[in-house]
Amino acid sequence: MPNMSLKKNIMPTQAPEIRNSNFNEVALGYTKEQAIDEAKRCLNCKNHPCVGGCPVKIRIPDFIQKVACGEFDEAYKIISESSSLPAVCGRVCPQENQCEGKCVRGIKGEPVAIGRLERFVADYHNENCDKKAQKPVFNGHKVAVVGSGPSGLTCAGDLAKKGYEVTVFEALHTAGGVLVYGIPEFRLPKAIVKKEIDGLCDLGVDIKTNMIVGKTVSVDELIDEYKFEAVFIGSGAGLPKFMNIPGENLKGVLSANEFLTRINLMKAYKDGSDTPVMHAKKTVVVGGGNVAMDAARCAKRLGSEVYIVYRRSMEELPARKEEVEHAVEEGIIFKTLNNPVEIYGDENGFVKSIKCVEMTLGEPDESGRRRPVVKEESEFVIDADCVIMALGTSPNPLIKSTTSGLETQKWGGIIADENTGLTSREGIYAGGDAVTGAATVILAMGAGKNAAEAIDEYIKNK
Amino acid sequence: MYRIVSKEILNPTVVKMDVEAPFVAKKALPGQFIILRVDENGERIPLTVADYDREKGTVSIIFQIVGATTEKLSRLEEGDFICDFAGPLGRATKTEGLKKVAVVGGGVGCAIAFPVAKRLHELGCEVHSVVGFRTKDLVILEDEFKKVSDKYILMSDDGSCGEKGLVTDALKKLLDGGEKYDEVITIGPLIMMKFVCRLTKEYGVKTVASMNPIMIDGTGMCGGCRLTVGGKTVFACVDGPEFDGHEIDFDEAMARSTIYKPFEREMHEKTCNLLNRQAK
Repeated sequence: MPNMSLKKNIMPTQAPEIRNSNFNEVALGYTKEQAIDEAKRCLNCKNHPCVGGCPVKIRIPDFIQKVACGEFDEAYKIISESSSLPAVCGRVCPQENQCEGKCVRGIKGEPVAIGRLERFVADYHNENCDKKAQKPVFNGHKVAVVGSGPSGLTCAGDLAKKGYEVTVFEALHTAGGVLVYGIPEFRLPKAIVKKEIDGLCDLGVDIKTNMIVGKTVSVDELIDEYKFEAVFIGSGAGLPKFMNIPGENLKGVLSANEFLTRINLMKAYKDGSDTPVMHAKKTVVVGGGNVAMDAARCAKRLGSEVYIVYRRSMEELPARKEEVEHAVEEGIIFKTLNNPVEIYGDENGFVKSIKCVEMTLGEPDESGRRRPVVKEESEFVIDADCVIMALGTSPNPLIKSTTSGLETQKWGGIIADENTGLTSREGIYAGGDAVTGAATVILAMGAGKNAAEAIDEYIKNK
Repeated sequence: MYRIVSKEILNPTVVKMDVEAPFVAKKALPGQFIILRVDENGERIPLTVADYDREKGTVSIIFQIVGATTEKLSRLEEGDFICDFAGPLGRATKTEGLKKVAVVGGGVGCAIAFPVAKRLHELGCEVHSVVGFRTKDLVILEDEFKKVSDKYILMSDDGSCGEKGLVTDALKKLLDGGEKYDEVITIGPLIMMKFVCRLTKEYGVKTVASMNPIMIDGTGMCGGCRLTVGGKTVFACVDGPEFDGHEIDFDEAMARSTIYKPFEREMHEKTCNLLNRQAK
């Protein structure tokens, strides 16, 4: 009998007033019983619209049916046919706009908690299965992948499963891209990322860290000198944006990228890390996306009072609803319909306050969102000793500027075919944020997956 | 892991190491830098490439012991390994078309100035090297500089070697004496570079300064290394590290370089104590 409850099983979480001072994972995951009970809410409907909402086309109802019968390993097998990083996706995918957004149970009540079930299955597998993946037989072809973020890892994993010898080139000292430098421990524990990457290495994927493609080695050299038959570029969108307002170079103003990298990649919040991070008393985070939420919640955990300043209203916040809710619960103060215009410093060059103006929403702009308009004579000042700019990022120009004939958009995104990821150069494919600009983990994974298919076709037919 | 092939103590606080890093050695050029991490808990620090040997696949770094990381690094010996070593990063020094250049180095900055002087010398450029140190014991690379310089002027703050005075005194003398340079290249403490640039501006001589701000990734990702040059914000790691010295906001750069000073002092002390205890 299906479970006809209109509500999802609630995800056990750390209490807000406890978690906002530690970096441990917020959501604790379903128990077996909760997972089975939730899985029974799936009607296994004929059209399975959920699959259409998944960028990597996981056979969702099939894996959920296995969970409902308690066959968790079988469920894992089904997910891993389509996804290389299930424990990651179960945590960070915006399911509300994807699979769960299409779920028929969502028409009257809440959709099936597909993301939570995916996470449960992946965690169950990681905890209970120590069988290493079998390394496929080498098919004699070499492919290079640039960047070890979600798109690169997915592309590498899919190609390795097909028998390709895949080498991933990572610029930083740790593999994972945004999964390790950007998304905080309390949302995505780094041990989980490592486990997923180790799984790919078991498949034969070779990850070379400290290799900055465009500097240490060029894409052309990978092809001409090192004889890779195809290259996938998944170098992400790492370049932070600033507002270009006065005072932005004062001490205590930093990009969300810098703040999060210090905390996540460099572990600056832990004793024993050599990397410093500011422990501010009052932090203003500018921006309303997931990165802004991450930065705000990290600052809170370092002991700061935290304000999010965003120029539109709560409704327009681009961050996932769940992240906003978590931030509110943890005591982050939202100052929406406000925009900074200047940052003031003290006599030692440290930030002391930030001047903002109030905004109102006008007519919708090209993005379809209502354009924020400055209210006359609405200036006010917030005291703060740290300002974090979370205004979005753009693709790194390093690869474009060192790869001959690689065409890019004006704003820096690599031009690539939507379905195959093929760029303006034969044998060179691209996907993820390097193509789209800052987007989501799962979209990047979808692009990596499609490119792996296309690369396989290309090499087979050469 | 990157093996330390050789280690040399240049003065009580400055160490030179040749590190096996064939991919970096293959591409490195004067003016570029690397980022290293000594061990698993280490921070990422940028160090300018002091020299490279493409055949042997080694890159030389020269560093002054100023904080926890350089302290730890200085305690490693030949045959030991550095956890991470990535590069070459940044843009190389522009040397095209230069016929006569004054290279002005201060302190450990001379370690970075040297490969630039050497490269210019190899390209047939007339090189006048003006180098300054606090005192005699801190002088580094004297013979090396002499070999690649048409003129070598050593300055010291206390007069214990060379002439007593600042590098700007020597440079002013050269300029007053009628020397006409295509460019002045200056590398050293921010305060020194600021005054070199102020001087050359008066004389209308194009000047390039090599900046070494705080950075993490070195590839344009964190923005921690941003500087104001010509009224615009630039990232030293990807847009530099060398910039038009007459356009750099040195006062802002000096302020920004001190963000983590108290932390750095504390960490350095802790690290020293720990390493000394271990050594005992």
